[in-house]
Amino acid sequence: MTRLPVKKTYKLYIGGAFPRSESGRTYEAQGHNVARGSRKDARDAVQAARKAQPGWANATAYNRGQVIYRLAEMIEARAAEFAELCSGRGEVERSIDRIVWYAGWADKLPQVLGGSNPVAGPYFNFTVPEPTGVVAILAPEEPALLGLVSRVMPPVVGGNATVVLASETQPLAAVELAEALATSDLPGGVINIITGSRAEVAPHLAAHMDVNAIDLCGADGHSTELEEAAAENVKRVIRGRADAQSPWEIANYLELKTVWHPIGQ
Amino acid sequence: MAQAPALPTGFELPLEPRLPRIGSVDAVALEERAASLAKRSIKKQAKVFALELAIRCIDLTTLEGADTPGKVAALCSKAVRPDPSDPNIPSVAAVCVYENLVPTCVERLQGTGVHIAAVATGFPSGQYPTDLKVADARRAVELGADEVDMVIDRGAFLSGRYAKVYDEIVQVKEAVGRAHLKVILETGELGTYDNVRRASLLAMAAGADFIKTSTGKIPSAATLPVALCMLEAIRDVHHETGRIVGFKPAGGVRTSKQAIQHLVLVHETLGIDWLTPDRYRIGASSLLNDVLMQLRKEKTGAYQSPDYFTVD
Amino acid sequence: MTELEHKQDRAPVPKEWTYAPAPESTDIVSIRERYGLFINGEWITPTESYTTLAPRDEEPLAEIGQATEQDVDNAVKAARGAFENGWSALPGSERAKYLFRIARILQERSREFAVLESLNGGKPIKESRDVDLPLAAAHFFYYAGWADKLEYAFPNRTPKPVGVAGQIIPWNFPLLMLAWKIAPALACGNTVVLKPAETTPLTALLFCDVLRQAELPPGVVNIITGDGRTGAALVDNPGVDKIAFTGSTEVGKAIQRRLAGTGKKLTLELGGKAANIVFDDSALDQAVEGIVNGIYFNQGHVCCAGSRLFAQESIAEPLIEKLKRRLETLRVGDPLDKNTDVGAINSRMQLDKIEELVQAGKDEGAEIYQPPCVLPEKGYWFAPTVFTNVAQSYRIAQEEIFGPVLSVLTFRTPEEAVEKANNTPYGLSAGVWTEKGSRILWMAQRLRAGVVWANTFNRFDPTSPFGGYKESGFGREGGRHGLEPYLIFDE
Repeated sequence: MTRLPVKKTYKLYIGGAFPRSESGRTYEAQGHNVARGSRKDARDAVQAARKAQPGWANATAYNRGQVIYRLAEMIEARAAEFAELCSGRGEVERSIDRIVWYAGWADKLPQVLGGSNPVAGPYFNFTVPEPTGVVAILAPEEPALLGLVSRVMPPVVGGNATVVLASETQPLAAVELAEALATSDLPGGVINIITGSRAEVAPHLAAHMDVNAIDLCGADGHSTELEEAAAENVKRVIRGRADAQSPWEIANYLELKTVWHPIGQ
Repeated sequence: MAQAPALPTGFELPLEPRLPRIGSVDAVALEERAASLAKRSIKKQAKVFALELAIRCIDLTTLEGADTPGKVAALCSKAVRPDPSDPNIPSVAAVCVYENLVPTCVERLQGTGVHIAAVATGFPSGQYPTDLKVADARRAVELGADEVDMVIDRGAFLSGRYAKVYDEIVQVKEAVGRAHLKVILETGELGTYDNVRRASLLAMAAGADFIKTSTGKIPSAATLPVALCMLEAIRDVHHETGRIVGFKPAGGVRTSKQAIQHLVLVHETLGIDWLTPDRYRIGASSLLNDVLMQLRKEKTGAYQSPDYFTVD
Repeated sequence: MTELEHKQDRAPVPKEWTYAPAPESTDIVSIRERYGLFINGEWITPTESYTTLAPRDEEPLAEIGQATEQDVDNAVKAARGAFENGWSALPGSERAKYLFRIARILQERSREFAVLESLNGGKPIKESRDVDLPLAAAHFFYYAGWADKLEYAFPNRTPKPVGVAGQIIPWNFPLLMLAWKIAPALACGNTVVLKPAETTPLTALLFCDVLRQAELPPGVVNIITGDGRTGAALVDNPGVDKIAFTGSTEVGKAIQRRLAGTGKKLTLELGGKAANIVFDDSALDQAVEGIVNGIYFNQGHVCCAGSRLFAQESIAEPLIEKLKRRLETLRVGDPLDKNTDVGAINSRMQLDKIEELVQAGKDEGAEIYQPPCVLPEKGYWFAPTVFTNVAQSYRIAQEEIFGPVLSVLTFRTPEEAVEKANNTPYGLSAGVWTEKGSRILWMAQRLRAGVVWANTFNRFDPTSPFGGYKESGFGREGGRHGLEPYLIFDE
């Protein structure tokens, strides 16, 4: 007699915890019941992100790099599980390598993106990149894992906290990623993952006044209304590509701060 | 003399119920403010007013080893009547000389209203024992000086012996009695505006009637930012304690333009009340003729030649 | 002070020293009776026009064209034509030389521009002469040098011009904002349609003569004048690839909405409500200068103005005392007088807005202080104003006034200062005054603002990136970072 396996409950990931949707709803995707997040779940996720963001931003760049590298370790350890939830082993490996690549960026950003400026006067003037704050991400429908990783890593490396609306049709990789995140050292709330209906939840993220930037990658060009809503608090709107890997992706979620100080005796 | 506390460690000093916070001075912002005030455009009657005021505030100065009774006598004549061809030109405020030449001044300036100022206390270095400095100042007054320009001990100041600097000023002040005491900080040797401010407050706390920038013996003297820094210290003392202290920039003020810039600084920092010889002096020698030339230019409309103005 | 023993009666102490008027001569500028629209290197007669005034006395200066949708389209087409027929393909080194020429001509004609700027905008001549003009020329000079070095600014990327840039600028620094917009756009190989502010078109129109002297090819820069309708037509025009806007947050949001779904590039430099934070160990007299420069510079018509003063409670009283006495020395009056510190308010509309908010401040219970000063009868004027006893919740502490009005609040600890300073939807600039180095860096790190001035305020430089956090906008102007909004990359 074969043993009946214990099946997983696919839940949301908010503030480092795994709640069901407050709405009590699920939907079926990839053969499983997956939590169908609501606007209130999105609200809770934004709140968790806002709370976690300053701590994450103020961690040393060295520390952030190590934490992200640790995430790559966690995924490597679960590579087999991940492979079943996306296009396969190759995608998992590319995802891991991409995370490692971004981990190495954490402590190089100010040197590449900032600098000192030779102003015409007795002042020292320097420019440093700083995280924008809370970033909402509409993850692409596919690739399920690599697309998600490609969109989430840039803001996180830069010190932002994120609320990710997972692929609607292939959400399991995102839930699996949540479980890897929970065992990594990334502070709860830095990455929050909502599964469910994009059409239902995305407008609330786009209009949320405490979200500073939104990545419309997963909107597949149907973004006019979301962009209009985003204008209400002058959100930074990014139309990201599912497969991008570049430091300029990180720069999209960074503000540049310029500091002046006189030079005198 | 009661032991005076070093200024940085306490706000209370014997002669003052309260002192303004010593604080610090931002060099760049101070210099920018001074530069911006220097750009004021003073024209027509406002300029004539300033030039005449400048003359009335001049301490006409000669402080050379080669000074003789003859040279000083000529200077005294110039002080009383700067422009013999124009009786409307006022006398300068004072003649400033070494002590040995005070008797010549007494002789020449009697009944003219022009004061006699003598430098003392081991001018210009101040590197003499305190008792000699005090005696020096006392002697200047005995010889007939109305005003004494003393130097602070910069060696003591720069090595942090503020109490010594303070004590000496107090003792000299006692020694000169009713004569006016101007305290020279020699700002060019103090190194920073923070030190200029600290020395200004220290001198005022110790009883200075005037604080003065420089001896005129080193190149960096009465610059506009230094003057502004000292004026701000005077303003703070006045505001906190009600005490009035005068100001004397000396050294490097050679042109009418510079003099007007200094007057604007005073006007916009301390106000019109300070624009009187009782509260403001300019230590200078060559300035006077430049002012006379400018005044005549304003009156005649024609640019002037130095050949028409007596050298002393 | 020991009484001086007077040997003789002295002349009495003067009661006042009135500076004689020192007006900068206006002979150097010649203003035409009416101006056309500068499209494709030619002056096009507009179908409608309006009158531009001198805010100092409300005297009409010239008739200005009101560009219609059709005019805007013509300008965009001219820019497109110039982009495709040569400008974008021109070697960077050649573009650079045009920009260097413009910089030099601006230096040569700077007094003329300064006088016109003060006449049309109301700002003191000493500011247009010493700030606006030198900085405008410096911007062209700086970006000229980048034109043939873009690949070094963006290693591992291939920068290409965006195309036609639509640029809409405000009335507070008319020529300087023009320079901030046009210099990087041209350096990157774009062509431009620029709309100056409705109330201050004259220096932009005079700039067309600089373009003529520089022999810039026709259509590379087009200047169209008009009100908000012209701006809207420019934003909506499908031929525009990029919009750069400097102005109010309200209009900025409207532009962002209008561009939703179009994929056009956008940069916004919007409003602010900067905190200027003074600690008790600061160099007080210089801090006072910084406060004054922060809020009364250009009549407070500055998006990054230090309009909220946060004074540490232990020093608040003497600081405010010093500030008030300093205000008494501010010289308010004719913008063209070389001794004027505070000039005229730019327009009737802006004056109304300032008056409304100041009334709100009084009604809410703040204590108002204005130094005694005689304001001219004609023209738009507002005395330098300080509000004390201001609560964080008052409108004057929340809303951008864009006038010479300072709200004073207090704080006790650095933590509290940061919290209050950041408690606003804006995030353009901030000031910190303390002699303690570690505290400056601590504060600078936490203030959510694009520019932090420590122990100084309102400093600008072409090499220094400028722009906002949060609702103060996005994108940077100035420095290497100021190139990026005008480039696209193959990636």
